[in-house]
Amino acid sequence: MKINKSALVMSLYILFLMLPIYWLINMSLKTNQEILSTFSLWPNDLTFDNYLVIFTDASWYGGYLNSITYVVMNTIISVTVALPAAYAFSRYRFMGDKHLFFWLLTNRMAPPAVFALPFFQLYSSVGLFDTHIAVALAHTLFNVPLAVWILEGFMRGVPKEIDETAYIDGYGFFTFFRKIFMPLIASGIGVAAFFCFMFSWVELLLSRTLTSVDAKSIAATMTRTVSASGLDWGVLAAAGVLTIIPGALVIYFVRNHIAKGFALGRV
Amino acid sequence: MKKTINQKAWFMVLPVLILVAFSAVIPLMTVVNYSVQDTFGNNEFFWVGLEWFEEVLHSERIHDALGRQALFTIIILTIEIPLGIFVALHMPKRSGLWSSLCLVLVALPLLIPWNVVGTIWQIFGRVDIGLLGYMLDQMGIDYNYTQNSFAAWCTIIVMDVWHWTSLVVLLCYAGLKSIPDAYYQAAKIDQASRWAVFRYIELPKMKGVLLIAILLRFMDSFMIYTEPFVVTGGGPGNATTFLSIDLVKMAIGQFDLGPAAAFSLIYFLVILLVSWVFYTVMVHSDTKDMS
Repeated sequence: MKINKSALVMSLYILFLMLPIYWLINMSLKTNQEILSTFSLWPNDLTFDNYLVIFTDASWYGGYLNSITYVVMNTIISVTVALPAAYAFSRYRFMGDKHLFFWLLTNRMAPPAVFALPFFQLYSSVGLFDTHIAVALAHTLFNVPLAVWILEGFMRGVPKEIDETAYIDGYGFFTFFRKIFMPLIASGIGVAAFFCFMFSWVELLLSRTLTSVDAKSIAATMTRTVSASGLDWGVLAAAGVLTIIPGALVIYFVRNHIAKGFALGRV
Repeated sequence: MKKTINQKAWFMVLPVLILVAFSAVIPLMTVVNYSVQDTFGNNEFFWVGLEWFEEVLHSERIHDALGRQALFTIIILTIEIPLGIFVALHMPKRSGLWSSLCLVLVALPLLIPWNVVGTIWQIFGRVDIGLLGYMLDQMGIDYNYTQNSFAAWCTIIVMDVWHWTSLVVLLCYAGLKSIPDAYYQAAKIDQASRWAVFRYIELPKMKGVLLIAILLRFMDSFMIYTEPFVVTGGGPGNATTFLSIDLVKMAIGQFDLGPAAAFSLIYFLVILLVSWVFYTVMVHSDTKDMS
């Protein structure tokens, strides 16, 4: 009886989560005419034209490529700089470490709206406006602190004796870090990378402010299409569905660690 | 774990410091600069001291936005936290296909780009083409989120619940999973009621993750921008103009740099203050658990 009740609650909750997504998929498979003229729970006149528009129009699929480019750049930068810092925080005490740690977290708290204009001016003045690297660097604002926090949480779980044994065995710091330590926290690195990927992927405000043509993100492409060329609901829905897919794919691989990542490595 | 004192660890933190200084400190200083200066264009600035701060602190418009923001955050927290705990208690405990499926589907809304979340609900709530709007309309309920501010509020709140409750669920689920089976067996022997099990076993174990959940939900709902921007654009009128939307309107729409900068700093400080309180409580309970 108890199991049934749990299953019922979960089914209802998942139904609540999936309905709007189903509606989006449903719309992406309809023609605009059908969307506006008839109300139906499933497409009567199944069409993949909306997806075809996206895959053939450079301004659409270019948006995906731009987004993926800066997201990957950001993930690599964030995890690379966060690794040594997280190690330092998890193993050593040094002057101002606690303040530094909190200060890093404050960057996660900073509203992107506060930083939009200064970022625009900063990157314009150094000639990086409308490049992928500008968005990647801007997103490090919240991703680096996040990566440090998550990695630190995972590294705390590795006993310090391992480090000491390795040093006694004559490993240098870099060989130790690469050959022994990194494999031990591989899942932590995976989770940190996943979260950097995710938060860079879902962010709109900064990526929209910092790009105009060459590096325009898919999120910006979507909002601009809505306001500019009227309401092409079918294509908009198809574009939305395509942005969900990467997340849905990656999430499967980290499903057992995802909660620990959200807890910033502190469960 | 006992940590050794090593000042050279600073070198390992250095790359992060340089990067974050570039992407946080320089822009922040720009904001501070604007907040104490005025300009007539041509890049000529002069010092106005704290004038902008006084203006912002006395501005009706910002008081209203702050009020709406606070109300929104409070509503969000009172719905999402209990609902998240409730759902987490019903998550399947044994791992298997069903539990994997639940995890993936529950986490899915968190990975959707925020503007797409907005788009989904914009479509879903429309009276002519959206399932929700259509159903409500058929039931004879007057629902139009572009004209009725109460409907707009409901839409945004339901959207946020849809989007972020999963975060609370996942965090609580992780907390629950760390409870050893022996605790439940002991409770069974003592014939503890379901409520007692929750109150004295599950809740204390979830305390740490719950604090993180509240902290994250507070921060993010206080900074909310993209979703309401896409769904309602801050309207109807100013009904759903939250702090971030108002700030972007002021800074980029009207280019009132001085007041916008002063506003930014106050905004940031409010978040910082509340988060600091949470953080202190969190670290405190963390160290207490360990000792």
